[in-house]
Amino acid sequence: MGGAADILELIKEIRGRRIKVLVAKLGLDGHDRGAKVVARALKDAGMEVIYTGIRQSPEQVVETAIQEDVDIIGVSILSGAHIPLMERLISLLREKGIDDIPVFLGGTIPLPDIPKLEEIGVDKVFLPGTPLYDIIKYTVEAVKKKRSRGN
Amino acid sequence: MSERDSIKEVLGKATKGDKAALGRLLTIIETSPKKASMVVSEILHEEGGAHVIGITGIPGSGKSTLISRLISHYKDKGLKIAVIAIDPTSPLSQGALLGDRIRMQEHATSPNVFIRSVPTRGVKGGLSFSGVTMIEVFDKLGYDKIIVESIGVGQTDIDIMNVAHTIVVVTTPGLGDDIQALKAGIMEIGDIYVLNKSDKPEANKTYAYLDFALDLGELGGVDKRGWQPRLLKTSAIMGEGIRELADTIEEHLDYIRSSNKYTEKIQTRRMLMVKLLAEKIFLEKLEETAENSGEVRLEKDNNLYQASINLIKKVSRELERE
Amino acid sequence: MTKLYNDKALDEIKARLEKWEKETLPRSLSRFPERSEEFTTLSGIPVKRLYTPLDVKDTSYMEKLGLPGEYPFTRGIHATMYRGRIWTMRMFSGFGSAEDTNKRLKFLISHGETGLSLAFDYPTLVGIDSDDPLAKGEVGVCGVAVSSLLDMETIFDGIDMGSITTNMTINPPAPVLLAMYVATAEKQGVPYSKIGGTTQNDPLKEFIAQKSYVFPPEPSVKIAMDVVEWSVKNLPKWNPISISGYHIREAGSTAVQELAFTIADGIEYVRHLINRGLDVDSFAPRLSFFFDSHINFFEEIAKFRAARRMWAKIMREWFNAKKERSLWMRFHTQTAGVSLTAQQPFNNIIRTTIEALAAVLGGTQSLHTNSLDEPFRVPSEFAAKIALRTQQIIAYETGVADTVDPLAGSYYVEWLTDKMEEEAWKYIDRIEMMGGMTEAVKRGYPQREITEASFRFQREVEERKRYIVGVNIFVEEEEDEIRNVPLLDINQREIEKRQIERLRKLRRQRNNEAVKDALNKLRKAASKGENIMPYVLEAVKKYATLGEIMNTLKEVYGIWVEPPIY
Ligand code: B12
Ligand SMILES: Nc1nc2c(ncn2[C@@H]2O[C@H](COP(=O)(O)OP(=O)(O)O)[C@@H](O)[C@H]2O)c(=O)[nH]1
Ligand SMILES: [Mg+2]
Repeated sequence: MGGAADILELIKEIRGRRIKVLVAKLGLDGHDRGAKVVARALKDAGMEVIYTGIRQSPEQVVETAIQEDVDIIGVSILSGAHIPLMERLISLLREKGIDDIPVFLGGTIPLPDIPKLEEIGVDKVFLPGTPLYDIIKYTVEAVKKKRSRGN
Repeated sequence: MSERDSIKEVLGKATKGDKAALGRLLTIIETSPKKASMVVSEILHEEGGAHVIGITGIPGSGKSTLISRLISHYKDKGLKIAVIAIDPTSPLSQGALLGDRIRMQEHATSPNVFIRSVPTRGVKGGLSFSGVTMIEVFDKLGYDKIIVESIGVGQTDIDIMNVAHTIVVVTTPGLGDDIQALKAGIMEIGDIYVLNKSDKPEANKTYAYLDFALDLGELGGVDKRGWQPRLLKTSAIMGEGIRELADTIEEHLDYIRSSNKYTEKIQTRRMLMVKLLAEKIFLEKLEETAENSGEVRLEKDNNLYQASINLIKKVSRELERE
Repeated sequence: MTKLYNDKALDEIKARLEKWEKETLPRSLSRFPERSEEFTTLSGIPVKRLYTPLDVKDTSYMEKLGLPGEYPFTRGIHATMYRGRIWTMRMFSGFGSAEDTNKRLKFLISHGETGLSLAFDYPTLVGIDSDDPLAKGEVGVCGVAVSSLLDMETIFDGIDMGSITTNMTINPPAPVLLAMYVATAEKQGVPYSKIGGTTQNDPLKEFIAQKSYVFPPEPSVKIAMDVVEWSVKNLPKWNPISISGYHIREAGSTAVQELAFTIADGIEYVRHLINRGLDVDSFAPRLSFFFDSHINFFEEIAKFRAARRMWAKIMREWFNAKKERSLWMRFHTQTAGVSLTAQQPFNNIIRTTIEALAAVLGGTQSLHTNSLDEPFRVPSEFAAKIALRTQQIIAYETGVADTVDPLAGSYYVEWLTDKMEEEAWKYIDRIEMMGGMTEAVKRGYPQREITEASFRFQREVEERKRYIVGVNIFVEEEEDEIRNVPLLDINQREIEKRQIERLRKLRRQRNNEAVKDALNKLRKAASKGENIMPYVLEAVKKYATLGEIMNTLKEVYGIWVEPPIY
């Protein structure tokens, strides 16, 4: 958990650049408490956040990422269908040639599934109870990393 | 690759229908006025054929829902549709939650639809410029309908509405809302007035009220002779009245096409783009200069006017140096 | 209005308290400074150091508390409460195929469960068939897959539907699932008069919290009220609606919001039914409720007691209900899933125990206790059994069930009960001003309140103003304990495959003309605004699938997309 000073430091960093995040709910899942909390925290930290709302298909999420030209995609899945959904999402990102966009995932993810998800290409998985600070920090760093690769 | 070349490349891909390239192009327009002007100079010589539709009205009146319905309608006709959703984000907070899009998500995967959210983000002058430039880009890329959603309050929104060929003002039943809308000043600018949420029981009353206002000439104003503003009822949620709305929008398009107003609007748009870019560049520099400049301090016997002029001169000098 | 204490006694207490504050308290404070400047309940209600009769001095016992089984039912809806009968132990369960769930239900019954509660998978919850492209990867994961009457028949194979009651957590497709249940019972030879159980069928809280909505708010309410009306007339033992605060709370509301929004939902439904021309006493006894029992012990107990009192008053004074049963707020309770943590998961057993105890002390009619594996997957048999045993220990070992409403008279609990009620009325007044809950929901009012509350809570945890053991205090780094939790193993792909094959076969073998005809009749009836239940029942009996029936209704009623609220 970050102290107040760390948080301010982070926020300053975010304000200096423009970070556009897509927060997406995949599948039929209606659990939106976590996704909204995360979306709100990222917004308050100074990012531009697009929340897709619930019941999105991988196709919709990928198209949204393309049209909005987001820097990073955060997915929330609590329905247990994370493996097939993430498989599809990431293979679509590849197909469209935008797999340089990091994808992170939160929700109900049993530990044994994490290696599998990483293999699929999920950059990072957050378990229930993750401090929001960690999520914000990760987002900033992942975007920084992506940009340094990109340029 | 030079900046210009890489922009050309992105533009080239976007022109061929690569949506990811188009997405990136729009980001360039949003973030860098300099590169944006390169984009503009690449495309400006093309003649645009798009119909720019401004949809405005208070938050919650159903604009996004209505746009989603219009998209369905246009899609069925085989048209290409772009949406620029200007989100009325509080300029106080630096971050933004862009929420219009959520209502149009069913179209996210349609090949002929492109939706882009634009935050206001408290950027001075910048948004109007990127909004207008985005219109230019969509036009060049062959989009038939470019729909701009905005709440119609503030300079930005007025700028954007100024470049729309057809302005649709959305309102809802319940007198309270109407008064708000009137106050917001947007009731005067419509070519078409839509009473959305007509599924509500109070709708008839509000309709009668608006109809009366229209009769009295209180609605619409700019172009009363050539085009009589229309009043329509829709229920975006039930999908009712959408075809009538689309037909009326088409009628208005015919009208402006036949009366030369169509090209006038495009000229306005292009002139505005120059003005807005100037404004953006100037304002950004002004901010920077004011921050770093000791001269800005207003001393006791300093003349306020003179101090401002000095600052402007300084900004101009710095801009020239660049 | 006679008060509990006379003025003389109160004066004495007041004098004594003042003296205590001057002498005893400072001495203690200087030796043991308090842990915090301000103490609040989980919902943010400030909690004082000490409660005395002075805090309840205006309470009229007869008016506010009364006796159990009598108005205003603060102390319980039955005179003897658990001395007569222990609450119903009803474990929410369902996963995989109809066969898997049939086995789990039999397991639970054989271990002393006294009522059934079905969890459906996502496709079923949102009214699509297992072979719908959108269902891919979701069939059988979060509950049992039910696409047609065939599946329902399998779930209840060998279970006597005339002697056990079943709760079905289903909302927009409630008419379809109820019809399937009734048709299956009929096939077992159970008469309508003996079919008992509950359909959740509470559409407003779907928009507010659970988010398995399908149709827009107005038609959703209309359909739900069709179910109520039809059940009241045909199934005397059925609870056609379970007005639910649970989901509202789990979505992040405070206890007060849970209380207020649930009751406001109830008010809206009662109005609808009365507007249909039903006599309030004909349906009010069949309305049931569903609450959360969270971790802030006393607040929860106060909430339950306040809820009963408020509902009784509303039914009697607002709606002129005459029958005593119309005034009863009967409710099911579930312990707070959201209070359970992935970190150090075995601690979840303790949390659940405390929450279950609060529900019992609050006078619940039935109870579900969450399993320790709650943050990971639907419960394994191992975890579900511990959860069930938790209830049994509370019921049979602790003695808390041996007297009625044992916490009554606690100055704190009574004060807090009054406070909860007072705060909840404020919300209800606001919603009334908006024109009732349907209007409020369309404006996003409760949604916004909950989102705010949930964010506030998250912040407090983040800033360590609220502690969660294992999450922000007494944290352990290693994840061994998590790995030690055995998880339910579901062969999802296989289940999905078999389910799809079964559906395909059904579509081939049934009388498709009859299905088409039944669906056409349903469409017509729905368009005319008739009660859809008889037509849904007809279609179900012809083996029309859930998806087919729901699609027919979507054509008529449209679908809902949520207003963006964060
Ligand atoms: C709250 C809750 C509900 C609420 C949801 C309210 C709402 N609007 O969100 C209600 C009561 C309505 C509900 C209903 C159901 N639920 Co539920 N629910 C939970 C519960 C208890 C907590 C989830 C939660 O909100 N936690 C609080 C938030 C803040 O945490 P979080 O979402 O985990 O988010 C954190 C991290 O995961 C991460 N994170 C989350 N999202 C994201 C996104 C990004 C981008 C990032 C970076 C991070 C991130 O950061 C957050 C902050 O730390 C969990 C169990 C549990 N304890 O986790 C079950 C659980 C998720 N539910 C479950 C089920 C089965 C259901 C139902 C399907 C039951 C049914 N058959 O009817 C229904 C379906 C409802 C629907 N339409 O989707 C199962 C899922 C099983 C599975 N995956 O295999 C669980 C695991 C319980 C269980 N063990 O059975 N549920
Ligand atoms: N009753 C009714 N509600 C509508 C209608 N159109 C939109 N809404 C609702 O009004 C709210 C705001 O809609 P939205 O499209 O986001 O409005 P915007 O802010 O103007 O873009 C949402 O809850 C919609 O579901 C309609 O025709 N009838
Ligand atoms: Mg909008």
